Amino acid sequence: MEFKSFLIKYGEIGVKGKNRYLFENALMQQIKYALKRCDGEFTVHKAEGRVYVDAMGEFDHDEVIDNLKTVFGISGICPMTFAEDEGFDRLKEFTVDYMRRVYPDIKAGTTFKVYARRSNKRYPLDSMELNAKLGEAILEAIPALKVDVHTPDITLYVEVREKIYVYSEIIPGPGGMPVGTGGKAMLLLSGGIDSPVAGYMIAKRGVKIDAVYFHAPPYTSERAKQKVVDLAKKVSRYAGPVYLHVVNFTDIQLAIYEKCPQDELTIIMRRYMMRIAEIIAKETGCLGLITGESIGQVASQTLASLAVTNEVCTLPVFRPCIGMDKLEIVAVSEKIDTYETSILPYEDCCTIFVAKHPVTKPSPEIIRKHEHNLDGVIDGLLETALNTKETIVVSVEK
Amino acid sequence: MEIYLDNSATTRAYPEVVDIIQKTMLEDYGNPSSMHMKGVNAEEYIKTAKEQIAYTLKCKPDNILFTSGGTESDNTALIGAAAAAARRGKHIITTQIEHPAVLETCEYLSKSGYEITYLPVDKEGVVRLDKLKEAIREDTVILSVMHTNNEIGALQPIEEIGEILKELNPDTLFHVDAVQGYGKARINPKKSGIDLMSVSGHKLHGPKGVGFLYMSDRVRLRPILYGGGQQKGLRSGTENVPGIAGMGEAIRITYEHIDEDVRRLRELKEYAVGRLACIENVKVNGYNNGESAPHIISLSVKDVRAEVMLHALEARGIYVSSGSACATNKPAISATLKAIGLDKSLLDSTIRISMSVYTTKEEMEYAIDSIEEETKELRRFVRR
Repeated sequence: MEFKSFLIKYGEIGVKGKNRYLFENALMQQIKYALKRCDGEFTVHKAEGRVYVDAMGEFDHDEVIDNLKTVFGISGICPMTFAEDEGFDRLKEFTVDYMRRVYPDIKAGTTFKVYARRSNKRYPLDSMELNAKLGEAILEAIPALKVDVHTPDITLYVEVREKIYVYSEIIPGPGGMPVGTGGKAMLLLSGGIDSPVAGYMIAKRGVKIDAVYFHAPPYTSERAKQKVVDLAKKVSRYAGPVYLHVVNFTDIQLAIYEKCPQDELTIIMRRYMMRIAEIIAKETGCLGLITGESIGQVASQTLASLAVTNEVCTLPVFRPCIGMDKLEIVAVSEKIDTYETSILPYEDCCTIFVAKHPVTKPSPEIIRKHEHNLDGVIDGLLETALNTKETIVVSVEK
Repeated sequence: MEIYLDNSATTRAYPEVVDIIQKTMLEDYGNPSSMHMKGVNAEEYIKTAKEQIAYTLKCKPDNILFTSGGTESDNTALIGAAAAAARRGKHIITTQIEHPAVLETCEYLSKSGYEITYLPVDKEGVVRLDKLKEAIREDTVILSVMHTNNEIGALQPIEEIGEILKELNPDTLFHVDAVQGYGKARINPKKSGIDLMSVSGHKLHGPKGVGFLYMSDRVRLRPILYGGGQQKGLRSGTENVPGIAGMGEAIRITYEHIDEDVRRLRELKEYAVGRLACIENVKVNGYNNGESAPHIISLSVKDVRAEVMLHALEARGIYVSSGSACATNKPAISATLKAIGLDKSLLDSTIRISMSVYTTKEEMEYAIDSIEEETKELRRFVRR
């Protein structure tokens, strides 16, 4: 059976009242973005409160499904066929034909039910009658099948609208909300496992993602930077095009190294990263920061450390991995295909000068005091870092 | 400014090489197995390349088997010869400092029932001949020793090893990985008792993806690739005519002025090593009083990670490598550096400079100046 059409089911956005059209339009835009990566031509259209994708010619079914699965807001993808309304006898033939073609090797005893709905209330049969009569016709034509209205193996959906739509498979989508409906936030992307996952999770709630990466040549290499670009690209499969800001952090890091206590180096460094990220975030209209932090994972992610890094920001900081175990984060990174890239062994700027025993319970007062050691140099260094930042637009299109 | 000092990783092609490759792709693009004139023309390039190589090795063109490069040559030599000699014995000897193309192939063979002896080296990276003598047995089928170590440039006493082998077990096949040595030394396989020798095209200003395996007349190999029966069935697959022609040309040019080039490279190396020895916290590895490869210099900078030094030099336009470029996609600690007993703290702080015919004195002066300055600068920020 060749499906030329997909019914897109969306969950939460159905309940958004007067804003509904905004959500639907965003969903359609994201679907179009995902389909750009697929061979073939498609139209995406909205009708009677539903979104449909129609293929205009040859296409790769699996490729389309894989890419639709990256569109947040989709709760289900139904490969579907349709027919013109040419009377009930014709519909009977059509549904029987559908069952024969989609389930050619059906095992005896397989159960099914017909689930008909009609929005075209002028249709001569109502839903109950359609269920009964189409079920009967199918049973007659394919004796191997049995009816089970409670837990059938196959549910055949028949929707009577302008045309008649038939489908029986609902492929789960990623859920969430269409990207672009929830504003924009700035992701601190390091090259590790956690931050791409954090970006993915926030994007899932409809938030557009920009990212900042701290580059520290010669301590971190071009390959480390390329790795981050690659990760941003993977996140952009879900989040749409990502503006990746690359900030040269070397001089700030060296200044901290020279002037601050060794065991506070990482925490002070993190504070400057947050400060820089926030400045860029505000400049670019982001409403929050996103990090991949998870409580207790490393010294800079204890509650005390998080509090000390958090206090330099006025924007909200979203930490979607905060309560996740490493293995749970890894599982998501494998699902979104960032894991293999994340574990490439290039040093990132968080690890180069790390102390053997960094503080785990920093006191905000002491950290603030030691940061004053940087007075006189740090403003200039921050300004240079911001002025020399490089912005790369990362997206996945064919 | 661009100063390329990573010639043991790969080299820039000679312009003549590019010309001949273009010709084989645009004009003489036939399949050498085709019956028609286009095929004959293509085959001509292969014959010429074989002759060019044979001339440098004082051997017959028939002794040359074309491959996809050093790795395939090593694999063919070890797996092919081991399989052909399996009835005589299953013992192979090699060294601890071989390239992964040899070490990993031996690892594979050890899983298929072969016993492998890994010979140690002295602190200059030269194989211990006393240990070699102890290791040779009646069932030793292959001895594989590299000509020039890729990481520190240590030269192995190939002729002497050939003699020892002839004396203790003349049936053992002698394989030499000459990927770093060929083109930087005159090698005479017959005189040195070499039966198999691996060479790669792109290390001597030829193209990547092509190499050859020298095979003495007595060598019997079981192929590792099967198909259309090209190269007497030893290596099926349409010959890489552009690569082979390009490599042949590169070899011809290289050997035209090899003595002069080697002399000049030695002078540059002496200059560099002399200056590096005076820099505080810098140590040169495997120099062996000049008895080492003319083009490779290995140096360790105390407390400065190789990767950091590499990128610092890169920012100045100088390209070097950390350890061996072949091992950088999985930064395992170098087997060679461990084998020469390098201090643990220096293992991760070792870079390699490798020169070519294009390297000038000015470039080396600038490179050493830069290393000196960066050593001072980077040591300010060592991990405390």
